[in-house]
Amino acid sequence: MTTTSRAPATLLLAHGSGGRLTRELVREAFLPVLGNPFLATLTDAAVLPELPPGRPALTTDAFVVDPAVFPGGDLGYLSVVGTVNDLAMVGARPLWLTWALVLEEGAPGELISTCATGAARAAAESGIAIVAGDTKVVPRGKGDGIYAVTAGLGVVPPGRDVGDHRIVAGDAVLVSGPIGDHGATIMACRHGLGSDDLRSDCAGEAALVEALFASGAEVHSLHDPTRGGVLAVCHETGERCGLRIHLDELAIPVRPQVRAVCDVLGLEVLSLACEGRVVAWVAARDAGRALDAVRGQGDGEGAAVIGRVTERGAGEVGLVLETAAGGRRPLDLMSGSDLPRIC
Amino acid sequence: MTHDRLLRDRAAVAGLVRRIADAAARLGRPATYMEVCGTHTHAVAAAGLRRMLPDGIRLVSGPGCPVCVTPVGYLDRALALATRPGTVLCTFGDLMRVPSSTVTLEQARAEGRDVRIVYSPRDALAIAQATGQEVVFLAVGFETTTPTIAAALAEAEASGIPNFQILPGSKLVPPALLALVDDPDLEVHGFLLPGHVSVLTGWEAFRFLAEEHDVPGAVVGFAPTDILRGVLELLEQNAGGRCAIVNLYGTVVSPQGNPTAAALVERFFAPADDSWRGFGEIPHSGLALRPEWAHRDASRIPVVLPPPREPAGCRCGEVLRGVIDPPECPLFDASCSPATPVGACMVSSEGTCSAWFRQERWGSA
Repeated sequence: MTTTSRAPATLLLAHGSGGRLTRELVREAFLPVLGNPFLATLTDAAVLPELPPGRPALTTDAFVVDPAVFPGGDLGYLSVVGTVNDLAMVGARPLWLTWALVLEEGAPGELISTCATGAARAAAESGIAIVAGDTKVVPRGKGDGIYAVTAGLGVVPPGRDVGDHRIVAGDAVLVSGPIGDHGATIMACRHGLGSDDLRSDCAGEAALVEALFASGAEVHSLHDPTRGGVLAVCHETGERCGLRIHLDELAIPVRPQVRAVCDVLGLEVLSLACEGRVVAWVAARDAGRALDAVRGQGDGEGAAVIGRVTERGAGEVGLVLETAAGGRRPLDLMSGSDLPRIC
Repeated sequence: MTHDRLLRDRAAVAGLVRRIADAAARLGRPATYMEVCGTHTHAVAAAGLRRMLPDGIRLVSGPGCPVCVTPVGYLDRALALATRPGTVLCTFGDLMRVPSSTVTLEQARAEGRDVRIVYSPRDALAIAQATGQEVVFLAVGFETTTPTIAAALAEAEASGIPNFQILPGSKLVPPALLALVDDPDLEVHGFLLPGHVSVLTGWEAFRFLAEEHDVPGAVVGFAPTDILRGVLELLEQNAGGRCAIVNLYGTVVSPQGNPTAAALVERFFAPADDSWRGFGEIPHSGLALRPEWAHRDASRIPVVLPPPREPAGCRCGEVLRGVIDPPECPLFDASCSPATPVGACMVSSEGTCSAWFRQERWGSA
C-alpha cells in the first residue's frame, strides 16, 4: 500500500455513481492515507471493539470553509480536528470518526488529495481512526468543490464531569493561546490580504485537554471558540451558568498581524473564529497550575488567564469587557452573517 | 496596536479622565457634547468611554452614520430599480438590512433580485465590465466616500464603460451641522468633529459653528485618548468662556483639506438640497450629478414608487438629532434589535442604536 493520495486529475459525476470509478477513487485517493483495519473492510458499517469504561460522547459536524485550502490547514484537516475538539470539550477522549465528502463535478483531484492527506495527518496527530466514510458527487454548480460531514465517538472517563453547570463565582477563565488566527486568515484570504505571518491555528486539542486534567486542576467547563469566537462562547456560557463573566481586554492574547486584519476589515477580534484554541473555566486556586499545564503543550505556550466569573444580579448582563482603555462595557452577540463559511 | 501601546493608552486615558473631572468641576454645570461621525460613535462605545465621564458630562451622537440618514425614499427607489430585468444592484453591505417602505435589499435578494455587496465603487465597475449587465451602484456616503465614487465614474468615462450608473445619495456634513445648531430642541455645548471627513474638507469648513453660532468644536481622531482630549478641550473652552474650532488631529487634517479629491468630486457633482432621515430636507446638504453626466444617473430612470412609509413608533429621527438617547425610544430592545432592526440606526454597526444595544446595555441593574 502506498502512502500517497492519488485522486483523478478532474472529478467526474461517475466518481459518485457507486460503480468502478467510485471504487477507484476510494482505493487511490482515500485508503492509501486514511487506511486502518476498520476502514479497509469497506463494509456497510464499521464494527468496533468494546468501548473503554465511561460515558460515550457522540458529535457531528459539517465543514464548508471557503477557501478549502488556506495557510495552516485545509478542509480535510479542519474537519477532523474540529470533530476531535468537540469531543474533547465535553471531557471525552476521542476514539473514532466517520468522514463523508460531498464533492462537486470538475473539482480538481489535487484538492481532494490535499484534503484526504490533511484528514489523515489530523487523525494521526490526535490518535484517532476514521473508521467509515462516504463520497457523493453533485453536478457542477451545485456545490463548491468540497464539503465534509463527520461524526465522532469518544468516551468521558469515569469520574470526569465537565460542563457549564459546574462553573461557580470565582472561577478563572483561561484561553490556550492567541485568539482569532483562523478567522483572520480566512478573511484575509478572501480579501486578498495575503501575509506570510498569518496562519490558521487549526489543531487538535485532545492532548492539551488531557494535560489540563492530568495537572490536577479542577476543570469546570471547556469550550472551543469556533464560530462567533471567544465572545460567543463566553456569552452563551454566561447565559447557561447564570453568572457574570468578566473579560480583561488587555489580558487577551492577540497577534499583531491578526489585530491588523481586524483593523483593515472592520472585524471584532473577539468574534473571530479559532479552530485550535480552548477556553477553560477552572477553580480560581488552580489557575496557575492549569496555566502551566497548558503552556507545557506544543501550541499552548501563549496561554493566558483572560477573565473571571462573579455573581450576577437579576436582570444584569452576563458578559462584561474591561476595555483596554480602562472602561467597561457589556458584550453582546453579533447578529447577521458577518463572517459566513469560516469552517 | 501592540500590547505596550495599549498599556500606555490605559494610563493616558486615566490621566485624561482625571483632568476632565477637574475641568467639569471648574465649569460647575452640565454639558452635552455631540460627535457626528459613526466611527466616533462606535469608538466611544467600544472603549466604554461614556461611563468614565463625570456626572453631568454627556456624550450624544449626531447624524454621523450615512446609512442611518439615508431616507426611506432612497431605498424605495433602489428596490424599484432592482426589479428591472437585467439590472445588477451593487451596494455597501450596511444598506442590505435597512428598512424601506416595503422590504429590505436583503429580502429582495432572497426573492431573486440581483443585489450584490461590494467593498468599493470600483468593484461595481468591474462587475459592469465582466457581466455586460446594467449595473447601478448605490452611492451612499459622506465626504470620505464621494471621491471614490467620483473616481469610479472617471474610470467608467475614460474606459468607455456604458453600463455603469449610480443612484446619487452622497451627503455633506457641514450643512447638517448648520441644521442642528439652528434646531431649538437641541442643547449642545460643543462638537467632536469628524476626523476622517475633515481630512477631505479641512477643519476650516467648520469655523462657522464657532464664529457664527457660538458653538465650539474639536476635530479629533479615533483612539480613546483622541476622543477624551477633545472632550477636555471643549470643557476647557466652556469653562474659560472661549469658543473656537480647534484641530487636534493635525497629523492628517489640514486647514483646507484635500484639493485633489475636491476637484474630482467637483467634476461630477454639484451641491443640492437633500432629504435626511430624521431631519427632512436640508439646503445644499447632498450631491447631485451634474447634468452632463445624466447618462450615469440612475435617479432619472422612471420607476413606480410606493408611498413612503416610516416604521411606526420609530424615533430614529430624534436619535439622529441627539435629542434622545436610544433607550428613550419605546421600540429599543423591545421590537427593535440588531437581529430585527426597525429603524436604520439599529442596522449599521456605526448606528447609534446599534452601538448602544451592543455596548451600553447593562440590563436592569
